[in-house]
Amino acid sequence: MITYEFLQNYWWVLISILGSALVFLLFVNGGGAQIFCLGKNEEERAFIINSCGRKWEFTFTTLVVFGGAFFASFPLFYSTSFGGAYWVWMLILLMFVLQAVSYEFQHRIENKKWINLFRIFLVINGWLAPFLIGAAVSTFFTGSDFHVNKDAMGSLNPIISTWGNGWHGLEALANWRNWAFGLMLVGLSQTCSLLYMINNIDDASFNAKTRKRLIITGPVFIVLFLITAASIFLSNGYAVDTNGVVTMEAFKYLHNLLQMPVALIMILVGVILVLCGIGTAIFSNKEKCWKNSIWPFGIGTVLVVMSLFFIIGFNGTSFYPSSSDLQSSLTLANSCSSPFTLKTMAIVSLLIPFVLAYMIIAWRAIDKKSITREELNESENKY
Amino acid sequence: MDSALILWSRAQFAMTAAYHWLFVPMTLGLGLVMAIMESIYVKKGGEFWKKTAKFWQKIFGINFAVGVATGIILEFEFGTNWSNYSWFVGDIFGAPLAIEGIFAFFMESTFMAVMYFGWKKVSKGFHLASTWLTACGAAISALWILIANGWMQHPTGMAFNPDTVRNEMVDFWAVVGNPVAISKFFHAVLSGWEVGGVVVMGICCWYLLKGRELEFARKSLLIGSIVGVVGTLGVILTGDTSAQHVAKYQPMKLAAVEGLENGGSRAPFSIVPGVEIPGMLSILATHDIDGIVPGINDIINGYVDNEGNVIPSLEEKITRGNIALSAFQQYRSNVDSDPAAAAEAKLILDENMDYFGYGYIDSPEEVIPPVDMVFWTFRIMIGCGCLCLLALLLSLWFAYKDKLSNKKWLYWFGFICIPLIYIAGECGWMTAEIGRQPWTIQDLLPLKAAVSGIEAASVKTTFMVFVIVFSLFLAVELTIMVKAIKKGPKVEEQNN
Repeated sequence: MITYEFLQNYWWVLISILGSALVFLLFVNGGGAQIFCLGKNEEERAFIINSCGRKWEFTFTTLVVFGGAFFASFPLFYSTSFGGAYWVWMLILLMFVLQAVSYEFQHRIENKKWINLFRIFLVINGWLAPFLIGAAVSTFFTGSDFHVNKDAMGSLNPIISTWGNGWHGLEALANWRNWAFGLMLVGLSQTCSLLYMINNIDDASFNAKTRKRLIITGPVFIVLFLITAASIFLSNGYAVDTNGVVTMEAFKYLHNLLQMPVALIMILVGVILVLCGIGTAIFSNKEKCWKNSIWPFGIGTVLVVMSLFFIIGFNGTSFYPSSSDLQSSLTLANSCSSPFTLKTMAIVSLLIPFVLAYMIIAWRAIDKKSITREELNESENKY
Repeated sequence: MDSALILWSRAQFAMTAAYHWLFVPMTLGLGLVMAIMESIYVKKGGEFWKKTAKFWQKIFGINFAVGVATGIILEFEFGTNWSNYSWFVGDIFGAPLAIEGIFAFFMESTFMAVMYFGWKKVSKGFHLASTWLTACGAAISALWILIANGWMQHPTGMAFNPDTVRNEMVDFWAVVGNPVAISKFFHAVLSGWEVGGVVVMGICCWYLLKGRELEFARKSLLIGSIVGVVGTLGVILTGDTSAQHVAKYQPMKLAAVEGLENGGSRAPFSIVPGVEIPGMLSILATHDIDGIVPGINDIINGYVDNEGNVIPSLEEKITRGNIALSAFQQYRSNVDSDPAAAAEAKLILDENMDYFGYGYIDSPEEVIPPVDMVFWTFRIMIGCGCLCLLALLLSLWFAYKDKLSNKKWLYWFGFICIPLIYIAGECGWMTAEIGRQPWTIQDLLPLKAAVSGIEAASVKTTFMVFVIVFSLFLAVELTIMVKAIKKGPKVEEQNN
């Protein structure tokens, strides 16, 4: 039986998939961040830009679809968060605009100063975009300062969602937990980009250099992940009862994890796969193993992120809590679209496997042959 | 409501849309041109058509990134700057945006990567399919965004739910099949073909002026002119349909575009102030010389339309809008405590819901869009579009007859049309969007009830940042494009 609640949950699962895919695809940003510190000469920079850069459209499109899916399925989140945490979202958008244009322009312009400027933009994007996204997502756990009053629509000042302070999202930076989440995502994006480049580039010296860098980046990411995980699972969370009343509950997210075996299994398997990916890439002597370490890492990342989405959306939890007015907190039930729209969009979503299929085919066609020095020297179609 | 906030929010959205619309039409038009070129290459073989296709794909690629970048800002600005709007109609409006992302953006970005990087990685057939799918992705994207835009101009398929305080979709096919959206889609896509055709014509004319790349220029010019002429004729046909829709659903926009203060039957069409064709506006708007076209004063004071319906005065609409808002408040305050009173309030709300948006309107001046601006933008659009059509027809004729040699006047004419077609496109959007002010959704939600609760200074700051960033990107893009055109397809020949 397709109930309203089922449709809400279905759309949250789709949002979770898109969100986790977006986090994995942040390797494009992670690559951009390391253009100068990993790429010490023009050939090495060309490797980084051509390996990660050729996928910028996927990251960009996934972000747009993530936003569009949120708009269609949970419009109150779209209006409350985007209209309220204005500065954070505007900065994130600006970062992605810089990324899109910089990858395309830096190889078409001949002036070296301009080339460097666009590459600096990629570095800024590579650090700031994952950090800001991480800090913004972290507020799903830590809460934000907003108030929702639907009755306002009948007044002469008809603002439904109002933000409680003039910082409009930047106040999230006053909370160390948001910093930890943001930095963890920076670490993840850079680790993921190193693993992707190991897989995608066929060059012994560059591969060795990338693996060497992973010896530092990988463990730093793991430490940041542990700090973030501790901050999530040891803190209070925003619980919602059957009447929709929101209260604070100690260890709420840990309880969710223990009460939802699927989420628990996903996060455990995900963490093991992530560790396997990093460990294999650093320690394995078999080329086939270290070359393919991106796949366990990537699948593990998707599983962990999905699990985090599950524990904030399901089991009586507010996915976008208000720290200043608990009853304004957004839940799947109070922020979602109408049953008709969710159902219509659910039917539309049945075509997503078809979209995924052609994306996989196209991705494989492009990545079938690893990038080599010869290709970069000979091909005219390169970044 | 803070008027500065509304002003800067409008300015930011308009500026982003104006920049976006510089890049999108060329993506639509050049996408078709490059796909045709590559199809000829696959059918006929030979390096000439391969280089020709690659050259136009390079121009397409240079144009693509900034279009995508400005597009993402537009989508999220619905949330950042028009958050009330996002909740009030998000149930309907979000769906086409999500579908656009799932089906169009992924198609475009996936196959664009294959098209650009896949020349030596995939088969000829796979590559050709990727090129066509890139072009199709752009058109599908236009379809869904124009379904969303058409719905704002003529909202259909929804009902207001006072419990959730929003409009909710009740008929998906009424939203998708909205006649305004369909005609807007064809109008916009065909105008993209016109832009693509004119840009190809202009670049080819520049090569002919310089006496370079002659074979490439002649053959590309022929294909570009065909695409451009087909596009322009389609734009004229769909423009006629659009005019009738505007007359029916947005009479104030039509009155403003024509600067028509007092209307009636046999309304004249003003070519420029003082030069009128009697009865022509009635023919264009209703296909009947006796058709009634209301003027601004008629709409303010009330009139009888062509079907004999009495259209109330603005004063009455505002009164009924206030009744609707008051009934809504009554419903909300009684829904949990007094169901009978709530049901009564709901009845009153339903009776007056068509005028809900007018409850936020204070004076007649608020519902009159800037007349001078839309009057002239419409005429500049028509004028520039007609000049481009003339240039396209002449180019097509001489290219078809193989008599392009030594026609410097034609080369210059074709080349000058590049800025003209962009001016026409921008003016077209200004007419369509400024002409419907103050409504974000026609008759339902005015700007002041749609805007986010942020400070005007914040929006002013982001406006300035985006102006600088987009202008920088436009300047760099133009520099790169000019350089690529100056190099021409021969450079690729040397590389090969």
